[in-house]
Amino acid sequence: MPQRTIAEALNQALFLEMERDPSVMIMGEDVGIDGGVFRITDGLIKKFGEERVVDTPLAEAGIIGSAIGLAMAGMRPVCEMQFDGFVYPAFDQIVNHAARMRNRSRGKYTCPIVIRFPYCGGVRALEHHSESAETYYIHTPGLRVVCPSTPYDAKGLMLAAIRDPDPVIFQEPKKYYRNIKEEVPDEDYTVEIGKARVMIPGEHVTVIGWGAMIPLILKVHPHFAQKGINLEVIDLRTLSPLDTPTILESVQKTGRCVIVQEAPRTLGLAAEISAQIMENAVQFLQAPVQRVTGFDIIPPLLKLEEWNLPDEKRVIAGIESILE
Amino acid sequence: MPLIPEFPKIDDSMIQVLAPDGTVVREDFLPNWDEARLREVYKEMILIRRADKKFTNLQRTGRSGTYPSMEGQEATQMGMIYGIKRDDWIFPAFRELAACYLHGVPLEKIYLYWMGDEWGSNYEANALPVSIPVGSHPLHAVGTGWAFRLQNKPHITVSFFSDGATSEGALYEAINFAPVVQSRTVFCCQNNGWAISTPTNKQTAAATLAQKAVAGGLRNIRVDGNDIFAMYAVAREAAELARQNIPVFIEAMTYRLGNHTTSDDSGKYRSKEEEEDARTRDPILRLQKYLAAQKIWTPEFAKECEEAADAAISKAVEAAENTKQNPDDIFDYHYEKITPPLAQQKEELKKFL
Repeated sequence: MPQRTIAEALNQALFLEMERDPSVMIMGEDVGIDGGVFRITDGLIKKFGEERVVDTPLAEAGIIGSAIGLAMAGMRPVCEMQFDGFVYPAFDQIVNHAARMRNRSRGKYTCPIVIRFPYCGGVRALEHHSESAETYYIHTPGLRVVCPSTPYDAKGLMLAAIRDPDPVIFQEPKKYYRNIKEEVPDEDYTVEIGKARVMIPGEHVTVIGWGAMIPLILKVHPHFAQKGINLEVIDLRTLSPLDTPTILESVQKTGRCVIVQEAPRTLGLAAEISAQIMENAVQFLQAPVQRVTGFDIIPPLLKLEEWNLPDEKRVIAGIESILE
Repeated sequence: MPLIPEFPKIDDSMIQVLAPDGTVVREDFLPNWDEARLREVYKEMILIRRADKKFTNLQRTGRSGTYPSMEGQEATQMGMIYGIKRDDWIFPAFRELAACYLHGVPLEKIYLYWMGDEWGSNYEANALPVSIPVGSHPLHAVGTGWAFRLQNKPHITVSFFSDGATSEGALYEAINFAPVVQSRTVFCCQNNGWAISTPTNKQTAAATLAQKAVAGGLRNIRVDGNDIFAMYAVAREAAELARQNIPVFIEAMTYRLGNHTTSDDSGKYRSKEEEEDARTRDPILRLQKYLAAQKIWTPEFAKECEEAADAAISKAVEAAENTKQNPDDIFDYHYEKITPPLAQQKEELKKFL
């Protein structure tokens, strides 16, 4: 089986689905000839032409707003927002229209749109290029939010997202576009939206993360394994709807839980997970749920950003704090 | 000699067929409507005016929520709809009772929506639900018009909005996108003079709103929106162009005779004199004068139209008020299939019903 990076897996998913379904189109800034600034759509314009791979005007509200109209008329637009911090001009279209059209029309109009963009810090980028803002979208009824951490899931979730009958926010961990490789089958497969994955089973501590935090969690796993402490690592993969049963099942077994999140702490997804555990599994807990997160600060510029990002030391300390 | 020229003089003339006194000023744009058709148009105009006015009473008596009256804008919307086909899609803002009704939205659904039930936005007609965030929906019309070109379908789209929307960024994006993607779309800008309390001259320093289309390379025209014949002539030509992948921007000059909504009092920000002056250009009065001169309009005919309208309105209001609401509906239409967390919350509510 061929080894692929997340970037290659995403590219292959887009290629396969465009070949299978003529209503799928790619739209965004520089997604055509240039293949997108991260080259995720590389080569697609050559194969499918400029009516299906559209270099749009530089206008995010325009991209998502017109994609809503396209989708309501039966097209399947996959929209690239160039960076996490540039989605906001389209926020009105996403929250006020894409997410609401099905409900507003009681099912007559739907918006099967994928809105994909690179997210997360740690790549020494400019301001507005290192955001983890998933909470906004998770907090919006009518959207699904996914965030893969591996090439296999990136492809399977992308194929599932394009086929999904509702709008999907697709966060791609830009730091790991090209430095993780794994076996990714050539053929068509989907990863179900709404299902977390127990990446490594363990019995002592449940450690939950998603996207760019997963490689970090995997790095600290051996540190504890050496001491005979087995972490159960859960990759959420889908952030909305949350796969609460998988989380609760794990916590009922381990009695301890750490959630690792790059986004600012207050009202991040970690807070919701913690509340779900309190409401539904507190009797199983042997220690308080612990969060390891970014601080409630604006992502600092590149010389200072590492102080904000959760790292091995902070994750280890977070886990150790609930082991006593 | 200065490098930067004076701002060019903008042509602010508008197409007009009927003068406010009902006389024909442009024979060449008169529609070829026979007497029966003219009667029907007048009858529909009366129904729309009365259906709109009914809301004031419904809201005052607690039977409807807040409602934005469209009194005065009948000719603009009617002319636009007469100029397109039933297969075309319309994208209303929120002051488009006439456009929606004429495009096939049952009156009963219009009442149901403003009474506060989303089922009021579910019907067969190719009319999108009301869109309240100002200026955001013309982009959807651009997208659907784009899809029609890609799918080689013979349909077009029309978005309705007003002067306030032309200050919104999303509208400029729509103006810019439409010709780039050759969308089959018509922008129907109803310049009704007021965005709540803000007059058009505080909205923009531009001499016309049509000129805003120029920067996007979009064909545009200014028309007397209180003149149903002029509006119909312009709408037909715009629709024809849109069907050939050439989007068009129409600025229809009209006036919001009523308050912004049932919660607004226009007396706070504009004079009685201005409103009275605007009433002399009332589109219904203009058509009536023309029809009277043709010996088509009589007080008896007007009465007949009003009675027919009131009967239809009563029936629609009654049907809307008899529609029962179901708590499951507030959960069931967020996704094609309800998510597990939502299913749980739906059960949670049931315990309290």
